[in-house]
Amino acid sequence: MEATVVRTGTEGKTWGGGNEPLKASYGKMMMWFFILSDALTFSGFLAAYGFSRFKFIDSWPIADEVFNHFPFLHGVDAPMYYVALMTFILIFSSVTMVLAVDAGHHMKKGKVTTYMFLTIIGGLVFVGSQAWEWKNFISGEYGAVTTKGGNVLQFVDGEGHRVGLADIAVPIAGDRVEHEANNGIWFDEGKDLPTYSLEEVKAGFIQNEDLLIRTQQLTEDGDKTILSREESLLKLNNEAVGTVEGANLVQNEYGSPLFADFFFFITGFHGFHVFSGVIINIIIFFNVIIGTYERRGSYEMVEKVGLYWHFVDLVWVFVFTFFYLV
Amino acid sequence: MAHDTTHQHGSASKRIWTVFGILSVVTIVEVILGIIKPVFLTDTFLLGMRLLNWIFIILTIYKAYYIAWAFMHLEHETKGLRRAIVWTSIFLISYLIFILLTEGGYIYDVYKSGYVAWDF
Repeated sequence: MEATVVRTGTEGKTWGGGNEPLKASYGKMMMWFFILSDALTFSGFLAAYGFSRFKFIDSWPIADEVFNHFPFLHGVDAPMYYVALMTFILIFSSVTMVLAVDAGHHMKKGKVTTYMFLTIIGGLVFVGSQAWEWKNFISGEYGAVTTKGGNVLQFVDGEGHRVGLADIAVPIAGDRVEHEANNGIWFDEGKDLPTYSLEEVKAGFIQNEDLLIRTQQLTEDGDKTILSREESLLKLNNEAVGTVEGANLVQNEYGSPLFADFFFFITGFHGFHVFSGVIINIIIFFNVIIGTYERRGSYEMVEKVGLYWHFVDLVWVFVFTFFYLV
Repeated sequence: MAHDTTHQHGSASKRIWTVFGILSVVTIVEVILGIIKPVFLTDTFLLGMRLLNWIFIILTIYKAYYIAWAFMHLEHETKGLRRAIVWTSIFLISYLIFILLTEGGYIYDVYKSGYVAWDF
Protein backbone atom coordinates (compact mmCIF):
# COMPACT_ATOMS: atom_id res chain seq x y z
CA MET A 1 0.00 0.00 0.00
CA GLU A 2 2.74 2.44 0.96
CA ALA A 3 4.18 2.23 -2.53
CA THR A 4 1.03 3.43 -4.23
CA VAL A 5 0.69 6.58 -2.17
CA VAL A 6 1.79 9.61 -4.12
CA ARG A 7 3.46 12.18 -1.94
CA THR A 8 2.77 15.72 -3.05
CA GLY A 9 4.70 17.51 -0.38
CA THR A 10 1.59 19.43 0.59
CA GLU A 11 0.51 17.28 3.52
CA GLY A 12 -0.80 19.33 6.36
CA LYS A 13 -1.25 22.37 4.16
CA THR A 14 -4.70 23.88 3.59
CA TRP A 15 -5.15 22.50 0.08
CA GLY A 16 -3.12 19.36 0.67
CA GLY A 17 -6.15 17.15 1.05
CA GLY A 18 -7.49 15.34 4.05
CA ASN A 19 -8.63 18.59 5.60
CA GLU A 20 -11.91 18.61 7.48
CA PRO A 21 -12.82 22.27 7.87
CA LEU A 22 -16.37 21.32 8.87
CA LYS A 23 -15.10 18.64 11.27
CA ALA A 24 -17.39 16.05 9.72
CA SER A 25 -16.21 12.89 8.00
CA TYR A 26 -16.67 12.40 4.28
CA GLY A 27 -19.49 9.88 4.78
CA LYS A 28 -21.44 12.15 7.05
CA MET A 29 -21.03 15.10 4.71
CA MET A 30 -22.34 13.04 1.83
CA MET A 31 -25.29 11.91 3.90
CA TRP A 32 -26.08 15.57 4.58
CA PHE A 33 -25.80 16.36 0.89
CA PHE A 34 -28.28 13.60 0.16
CA ILE A 35 -30.62 14.67 2.95
CA LEU A 36 -30.64 18.26 1.77
CA SER A 37 -31.44 17.29 -1.81
CA ASP A 38 -34.09 14.86 -0.64
CA ALA A 39 -35.58 17.59 1.55
CA LEU A 40 -35.92 19.72 -1.56
CA THR A 41 -37.68 16.85 -3.36
CA PHE A 42 -40.17 16.49 -0.55
CA SER A 43 -40.73 20.22 -0.30
CA GLY A 44 -41.37 20.18 -4.05
CA PHE A 45 -44.12 17.62 -3.48
CA LEU A 46 -45.60 19.45 -0.52
CA ALA A 47 -45.45 22.83 -2.26
CA ALA A 48 -47.18 21.28 -5.29
CA TYR A 49 -49.83 19.99 -2.90
CA GLY A 50 -50.19 23.52 -1.54
CA PHE A 51 -50.47 24.84 -5.10
CA SER A 52 -53.33 22.48 -5.95
CA ARG A 53 -55.01 23.17 -2.67
CA PHE A 54 -54.85 26.92 -3.17
CA LYS A 55 -56.25 26.38 -6.65
CA PHE A 56 -59.31 24.67 -5.15
CA ILE A 57 -59.18 26.42 -1.79
CA ASP A 58 -62.97 26.56 -1.38
CA SER A 59 -63.68 22.95 -2.33
CA TRP A 60 -60.78 20.89 -0.94
CA PRO A 61 -61.67 17.71 1.00
CA ILE A 62 -61.61 17.96 4.80
CA ALA A 63 -58.91 15.59 6.08
CA ASP A 64 -60.76 14.92 9.35
CA GLU A 65 -63.60 13.37 7.39
CA VAL A 66 -61.32 11.30 5.19
CA PHE A 67 -58.94 9.80 7.74
CA ASN A 68 -61.20 8.93 10.64
CA HIS A 69 -60.62 5.23 11.10
CA PHE A 70 -59.04 3.48 14.04
CA PRO A 71 -58.32 -0.25 14.24
CA PHE A 72 -61.08 -2.28 15.95
CA LEU A 73 -63.32 0.79 16.24
CA HIS A 74 -65.66 0.26 13.32
CA GLY A 75 -68.05 3.05 12.55
CA VAL A 76 -66.56 5.27 15.24
CA ASP A 77 -65.58 8.70 14.03
CA ALA A 78 -61.95 8.97 15.18
CA PRO A 79 -60.36 11.80 13.23
CA MET A 80 -56.56 11.85 13.35
CA TYR A 81 -56.15 9.51 16.31
CA TYR A 82 -54.54 6.85 14.19
CA VAL A 83 -52.22 9.17 12.34
CA ALA A 84 -51.21 10.71 15.67
CA LEU A 85 -50.37 7.22 16.89
CA MET A 86 -48.31 6.63 13.73
CA THR A 87 -46.46 9.89 14.40
CA PHE A 88 -45.67 8.69 17.91
CA ILE A 89 -44.39 5.36 16.65
CA LEU A 90 -42.07 7.11 14.21
CA ILE A 91 -40.85 9.66 16.76
CA PHE A 92 -40.22 6.85 19.21
CA SER A 93 -38.26 4.86 16.65
CA SER A 94 -36.23 8.02 16.13
CA VAL A 95 -35.54 8.06 19.86
CA THR A 96 -34.35 4.45 19.88
CA MET A 97 -32.18 5.24 16.85
CA VAL A 98 -30.50 8.17 18.58
CA LEU A 99 -30.03 5.98 21.67
CA ALA A 100 -28.31 3.42 19.43
CA VAL A 101 -26.03 6.15 18.07
CA ASP A 102 -25.28 7.26 21.62
CA ALA A 103 -24.50 3.70 22.71
CA GLY A 104 -22.23 3.45 19.67
CA HIS A 105 -20.24 6.43 20.90
CA HIS A 106 -19.58 4.50 24.08
CA MET A 107 -18.77 1.32 22.09
CA LYS A 108 -21.53 -0.68 23.78
CA LYS A 109 -22.31 -3.35 21.21
CA GLY A 110 -25.16 -4.96 23.16
CA LYS A 111 -27.03 -1.71 23.61
CA VAL A 112 -26.57 -0.71 19.97
CA THR A 113 -28.02 -4.07 18.93
CA THR A 114 -31.09 -3.71 21.14
CA TYR A 115 -31.84 -0.15 20.10
CA MET A 116 -31.31 -0.89 16.41
CA PHE A 117 -33.73 -3.80 16.72
CA LEU A 118 -36.38 -1.58 18.33
CA THR A 119 -35.89 1.01 15.59
CA ILE A 120 -36.48 -1.61 12.91
CA ILE A 121 -39.64 -2.81 14.65
CA GLY A 122 -40.91 0.78 14.91
CA GLY A 123 -40.26 1.33 11.21
CA LEU A 124 -42.10 -1.84 10.25
CA VAL A 125 -45.10 -0.94 12.41
CA PHE A 126 -45.20 2.47 10.77
CA VAL A 127 -45.10 1.09 7.22
CA GLY A 128 -47.82 -1.39 8.15
CA SER A 129 -49.97 1.41 9.55
CA GLN A 130 -49.54 3.38 6.39
CA ALA A 131 -50.64 0.39 4.34
CA TRP A 132 -53.76 0.22 6.48
CA GLU A 133 -54.45 3.92 5.91
CA TRP A 134 -54.11 3.38 2.20
CA LYS A 135 -56.50 0.43 2.32
CA ASN A 136 -59.17 2.53 4.07
CA PHE A 137 -58.69 5.39 1.67
CA ILE A 138 -58.80 3.19 -1.44
CA SER A 139 -61.90 1.26 -0.40
CA GLY A 140 -63.71 4.39 0.78
CA GLU A 141 -66.60 4.58 3.16
CA TYR A 142 -69.85 6.11 1.90
CA GLY A 143 -69.45 6.45 -1.84
CA ALA A 144 -70.57 9.43 -3.90
CA VAL A 145 -72.05 10.47 -7.22
CA THR A 146 -69.79 12.04 -9.84
CA THR A 147 -70.88 15.01 -11.94
CA LYS A 148 -70.26 16.23 -15.48
CA GLY A 149 -67.85 18.87 -14.18
CA GLY A 150 -65.71 16.23 -12.48
CA ASN A 151 -66.95 16.95 -8.97
CA VAL A 152 -68.60 14.62 -6.49
CA LEU A 153 -71.94 14.87 -4.71
CA GLN A 154 -72.24 13.22 -1.32
CA PHE A 155 -75.41 12.33 0.57
CA VAL A 156 -76.54 13.36 4.03
CA ASP A 157 -79.72 12.84 6.01
CA GLY A 158 -81.79 15.58 7.65
CA GLU A 159 -79.39 15.88 10.61
CA GLY A 160 -76.37 16.27 8.36
CA HIS A 161 -75.01 12.76 8.96
CA ARG A 162 -73.41 11.09 5.96
CA VAL A 163 -75.38 8.38 4.19
CA GLY A 164 -73.69 5.76 2.08
CA LEU A 165 -74.72 4.65 -1.40
CA ALA A 166 -75.49 1.21 0.04
CA ASP A 167 -78.27 2.68 2.17
CA ILE A 168 -79.75 4.76 -0.64
CA ALA A 169 -79.71 2.58 -3.73
CA VAL A 170 -82.78 0.48 -4.52
CA PRO A 171 -82.00 -2.51 -6.75
CA ILE A 172 -83.34 -2.21 -10.29
CA ALA A 173 -83.74 -5.44 -12.24
CA GLY A 174 -82.60 -5.73 -15.84
CA ASP A 175 -79.58 -3.52 -15.54
CA ARG A 176 -76.53 -4.12 -17.63
CA VAL A 177 -74.60 -7.25 -16.71
CA GLU A 178 -70.85 -7.26 -16.61
CA HIS A 179 -69.44 -8.20 -19.99
CA GLU A 180 -66.61 -10.65 -19.72
CA ALA A 181 -64.17 -12.31 -22.07
CA ASN A 182 -65.77 -15.73 -21.75
CA ASN A 183 -69.10 -14.65 -23.26
CA GLY A 184 -68.04 -12.52 -26.19
CA ILE A 185 -66.04 -13.43 -29.26
CA TRP A 186 -64.88 -9.90 -30.00
CA PHE A 187 -64.39 -9.01 -26.37
CA ASP A 188 -61.56 -6.59 -25.88
CA GLU A 189 -62.26 -4.94 -22.59
CA GLY A 190 -65.35 -3.91 -20.66
CA LYS A 191 -65.96 -1.22 -18.11
CA ASP A 192 -66.33 -2.57 -14.59
CA LEU A 193 -69.85 -2.29 -13.30
CA PRO A 194 -70.21 -0.11 -10.22
CA THR A 195 -71.71 -1.72 -7.13
CA TYR A 196 -74.64 0.66 -7.41
CA SER A 197 -75.64 2.24 -10.69
CA LEU A 198 -76.61 5.88 -10.95
CA GLU A 199 -80.22 4.92 -11.72
CA GLU A 200 -80.46 2.87 -8.54
CA VAL A 201 -79.08 5.74 -6.47
CA LYS A 202 -81.40 8.25 -8.16
CA ALA A 203 -84.46 6.05 -7.57
CA GLY A 204 -83.52 5.63 -3.93
CA PHE A 205 -82.91 9.33 -3.49
CA ILE A 206 -86.34 10.24 -4.87
CA GLN A 207 -88.04 7.68 -2.59
CA ASN A 208 -86.41 8.90 0.60
CA GLU A 209 -87.64 12.46 1.26
CA ASP A 210 -85.16 12.91 4.09
CA LEU A 211 -82.01 12.79 1.95
CA LEU A 212 -80.05 15.85 0.88
CA ILE A 213 -76.97 16.43 -1.24
CA ARG A 214 -73.70 17.77 0.06
CA THR A 215 -71.44 19.45 -2.48
CA GLN A 216 -67.67 19.92 -2.41
CA GLN A 217 -68.07 23.65 -1.88
CA LEU A 218 -66.91 24.86 1.53
CA THR A 219 -68.96 27.37 3.50
CA GLU A 220 -67.37 30.28 5.34
CA ASP A 221 -67.13 28.17 8.48
CA GLY A 222 -65.14 25.56 6.60
CA ASP A 223 -67.95 23.00 6.38
CA LYS A 224 -69.31 21.44 3.21
CA THR A 225 -72.40 23.05 1.67
CA ILE A 226 -75.65 21.12 2.09
CA LEU A 227 -78.29 21.82 -0.54
CA SER A 228 -82.03 22.03 0.05
CA ARG A 229 -84.24 19.14 -1.11
CA GLU A 230 -85.30 20.92 -4.33
CA GLU A 231 -81.74 21.98 -5.20
CA SER A 232 -80.56 18.46 -4.44
CA LEU A 233 -83.05 16.86 -6.82
CA LEU A 234 -82.23 19.40 -9.51
CA LYS A 235 -78.51 18.87 -9.16
CA LEU A 236 -78.79 15.07 -9.14
CA ASN A 237 -81.00 15.04 -12.24
CA ASN A 238 -78.98 17.57 -14.22
CA GLU A 239 -75.38 16.89 -13.37
CA ALA A 240 -74.89 13.35 -12.12
CA VAL A 241 -73.10 11.00 -14.49
CA GLY A 242 -71.97 8.06 -12.39
CA THR A 243 -71.11 6.68 -8.99
CA VAL A 244 -67.76 6.35 -7.28
CA GLU A 245 -66.65 4.32 -4.28
CA GLY A 246 -63.29 4.90 -2.67
CA ALA A 247 -60.35 6.69 -4.17
CA ASN A 248 -57.77 6.04 -6.84
CA LEU A 249 -55.63 8.17 -9.14
CA VAL A 250 -58.62 9.04 -11.35
CA GLN A 251 -61.60 9.26 -9.03
CA ASN A 252 -62.06 10.18 -5.42
CA GLU A 253 -65.28 9.87 -3.48
CA TYR A 254 -64.02 12.43 -0.95
CA GLY A 255 -63.69 15.28 -3.45
CA SER A 256 -60.98 16.49 -5.77
CA PRO A 257 -59.03 13.62 -7.39
CA LEU A 258 -55.91 15.75 -6.90
CA PHE A 259 -56.25 15.18 -3.17
CA ALA A 260 -56.01 11.43 -3.74
CA ASP A 261 -53.14 11.82 -6.20
CA PHE A 262 -51.08 13.83 -3.77
CA PHE A 263 -51.98 11.56 -0.90
CA PHE A 264 -50.73 8.54 -2.81
CA PHE A 265 -47.62 10.30 -4.09
CA ILE A 266 -46.48 12.02 -0.92
CA THR A 267 -47.29 9.34 1.65
CA GLY A 268 -46.16 6.73 -0.86
CA PHE A 269 -42.83 8.44 -1.43
CA HIS A 270 -42.42 8.86 2.30
CA GLY A 271 -43.44 5.24 2.93
CA PHE A 272 -40.85 4.16 0.37
CA HIS A 273 -38.24 6.11 2.35
CA VAL A 274 -39.31 4.40 5.56
CA PHE A 275 -39.17 1.05 3.80
CA SER A 276 -35.67 1.63 2.44
CA GLY A 277 -34.67 3.00 5.85
CA VAL A 278 -35.81 -0.27 7.43
CA ILE A 279 -33.80 -2.27 4.89
CA ILE A 280 -30.67 -0.18 5.52
CA ASN A 281 -31.22 -0.46 9.27
CA ILE A 282 -31.46 -4.23 8.97
CA ILE A 283 -28.15 -4.36 7.08
CA ILE A 284 -26.45 -2.20 9.71
CA PHE A 285 -28.12 -4.24 12.46
CA PHE A 286 -26.50 -7.43 11.19
CA ASN A 287 -23.19 -5.64 10.75
CA VAL A 288 -23.41 -4.62 14.40
CA ILE A 289 -24.16 -8.20 15.43
CA ILE A 290 -21.24 -9.71 13.55
CA GLY A 291 -19.00 -7.08 15.09
CA THR A 292 -17.94 -5.15 11.98
CA TYR A 293 -17.96 -1.81 13.76
CA GLU A 294 -16.43 -3.23 16.90
CA ARG A 295 -13.42 -4.24 14.80
CA ARG A 296 -13.45 -0.95 12.93
CA GLY A 297 -13.29 0.82 16.26
CA SER A 298 -16.10 3.22 15.43
CA TYR A 299 -19.87 3.06 15.13
CA GLU A 300 -20.03 5.98 12.74
CA MET A 301 -22.00 3.91 10.23
CA VAL A 302 -24.84 3.71 12.76
CA GLU A 303 -24.67 7.48 13.01
CA LYS A 304 -24.99 7.88 9.24
CA VAL A 305 -28.05 5.64 8.88
CA GLY A 306 -29.33 7.40 11.99
CA LEU A 307 -29.19 10.69 10.12
CA TYR A 308 -31.26 9.19 7.33
CA TRP A 309 -33.75 7.71 9.76
CA HIS A 310 -34.24 11.03 11.58
CA PHE A 311 -34.71 12.72 8.26
CA VAL A 312 -37.58 10.34 7.46
CA ASP A 313 -39.11 11.30 10.79
CA LEU A 314 -38.55 14.98 10.04
CA VAL A 315 -40.38 14.67 6.72
CA TRP A 316 -43.27 12.88 8.41
CA VAL A 317 -43.67 15.76 10.85
CA PHE A 318 -44.30 18.04 7.86
CA VAL A 319 -46.51 15.58 5.99
CA PHE A 320 -48.56 15.17 9.16
CA THR A 321 -49.08 18.91 9.46
CA PHE A 322 -49.85 19.70 5.85
CA PHE A 323 -51.95 16.64 5.05
CA TYR A 324 -53.83 16.05 8.25
CA LEU A 325 -53.83 19.20 10.36
CA VAL A 326 -53.84 22.35 8.26
CA MET B 1 -17.22 13.70 14.70
CA ALA B 2 -17.66 10.76 16.97
CA HIS B 3 -15.14 11.74 19.60
CA ASP B 4 -16.32 15.34 19.68
CA THR B 5 -19.64 14.33 21.13
CA THR B 6 -18.44 11.72 23.59
CA HIS B 7 -17.05 14.11 26.15
CA GLN B 8 -20.47 14.81 27.66
CA HIS B 9 -21.31 11.27 28.71
CA GLY B 10 -24.29 11.11 31.01
CA SER B 11 -26.09 14.11 29.57
CA ALA B 12 -26.68 12.66 26.08
CA SER B 13 -29.43 10.22 27.02
CA LYS B 14 -31.01 12.75 29.35
CA ARG B 15 -31.14 15.22 26.48
CA ILE B 16 -32.68 12.56 24.22
CA TRP B 17 -35.51 11.85 26.62
CA THR B 18 -36.13 15.55 27.19
CA VAL B 19 -36.45 16.08 23.46
CA PHE B 20 -38.74 13.06 23.18
CA GLY B 21 -40.91 14.62 25.88
CA ILE B 22 -41.06 17.94 24.03
CA LEU B 23 -41.92 16.28 20.71
CA SER B 24 -44.64 14.17 22.33
CA VAL B 25 -46.23 17.10 24.13
CA VAL B 26 -46.21 19.24 20.98
CA THR B 27 -47.78 16.41 18.96
CA ILE B 28 -50.48 15.90 21.59
CA VAL B 29 -51.23 19.64 21.62
CA GLU B 30 -51.48 19.62 17.82
CA VAL B 31 -53.87 16.69 17.80
CA ILE B 32 -56.05 18.17 20.55
CA LEU B 33 -56.21 21.52 18.73
CA GLY B 34 -56.99 19.67 15.49
CA ILE B 35 -59.87 17.80 17.06
CA ILE B 36 -61.57 20.55 19.07
CA LYS B 37 -60.68 23.36 16.63
CA PRO B 38 -61.31 26.32 18.98
CA VAL B 39 -63.61 28.83 17.28
CA PHE B 40 -61.56 31.90 18.18
CA LEU B 41 -58.52 30.31 16.50
CA THR B 42 -60.33 29.27 13.33
CA ASP B 43 -62.15 32.60 12.95
CA THR B 44 -59.16 34.83 13.51
CA PHE B 45 -57.14 35.50 10.41
CA LEU B 46 -53.52 36.62 10.37
CA LEU B 47 -51.94 37.51 7.03
CA GLY B 48 -54.66 35.67 5.14
CA MET B 49 -54.38 32.44 7.09
CA ARG B 50 -56.34 31.10 10.04
CA LEU B 51 -54.56 31.53 13.37
CA LEU B 52 -54.95 27.78 14.00
CA ASN B 53 -52.98 26.98 10.84
CA TRP B 54 -50.25 29.40 11.90
CA ILE B 55 -50.04 27.59 15.21
CA PHE B 56 -49.78 24.22 13.47
CA ILE B 57 -47.02 25.42 11.17
CA ILE B 58 -45.04 27.10 13.94
CA LEU B 59 -45.32 24.01 16.14
CA THR B 60 -44.15 21.88 13.21
CA ILE B 61 -41.08 24.03 12.69
CA TYR B 62 -40.48 23.88 16.44
CA LYS B 63 -40.54 20.07 16.24
CA ALA B 64 -38.33 20.08 13.16
CA TYR B 65 -35.81 22.23 15.04
CA TYR B 66 -35.57 19.70 17.87
CA ILE B 67 -35.30 16.73 15.52
CA ALA B 68 -32.55 18.40 13.49
CA TRP B 69 -30.66 19.85 16.43
CA ALA B 70 -30.86 17.05 18.98
CA PHE B 71 -31.46 13.87 16.98
CA MET B 72 -29.46 14.76 13.90
CA HIS B 73 -26.70 16.26 16.06
CA LEU B 74 -26.69 19.61 14.30
CA GLU B 75 -26.09 21.30 17.64
CA HIS B 76 -22.69 19.58 17.83
CA GLU B 77 -21.65 20.28 14.24
CA THR B 78 -19.61 23.29 13.25
CA LYS B 79 -21.35 26.54 12.53
CA GLY B 80 -20.37 26.35 8.86
CA LEU B 81 -21.95 22.96 8.27
CA ARG B 82 -25.05 23.90 10.23
CA ARG B 83 -25.57 27.12 8.29
CA ALA B 84 -24.88 25.47 4.95
CA ILE B 85 -27.64 22.96 5.66
CA VAL B 86 -30.21 25.15 7.37
CA TRP B 87 -30.04 28.35 5.34
CA THR B 88 -29.82 26.60 1.98
CA SER B 89 -32.98 24.65 2.65
CA ILE B 90 -34.84 27.52 4.30
CA PHE B 91 -34.10 29.89 1.43
CA LEU B 92 -34.93 27.47 -1.40
CA ILE B 93 -38.02 26.02 0.25
CA SER B 94 -39.48 29.41 1.22
CA TYR B 95 -39.00 30.62 -2.34
CA LEU B 96 -40.63 27.51 -3.79
CA ILE B 97 -43.59 27.76 -1.41
CA PHE B 98 -44.03 31.48 -2.04
CA ILE B 99 -44.05 31.15 -5.80
CA LEU B 100 -46.31 28.09 -5.97
CA LEU B 101 -48.86 29.33 -3.47
CA THR B 102 -49.06 32.70 -5.20
CA GLU B 103 -49.64 30.96 -8.50
CA GLY B 104 -52.24 28.65 -6.97
CA GLY B 105 -54.12 31.63 -5.54
CA TYR B 106 -54.02 33.36 -8.91
CA ILE B 107 -55.49 30.31 -10.70
CA TYR B 108 -58.22 30.15 -8.07
CA ASP B 109 -59.14 33.74 -8.90
CA VAL B 110 -59.20 33.00 -12.62
CA TYR B 111 -61.52 30.03 -12.07
CA LYS B 112 -63.74 32.04 -9.77
CA SER B 113 -64.05 35.39 -11.53
CA GLY B 114 -62.44 34.96 -14.92
CA TYR B 115 -63.94 33.68 -18.13
CA VAL B 116 -62.99 30.06 -17.62
CA ALA B 117 -65.88 27.69 -17.03
CA TRP B 118 -64.70 24.50 -15.41
CA ASP B 119 -67.79 23.16 -13.67
CA PHE B 120 -70.57 22.66 -16.20
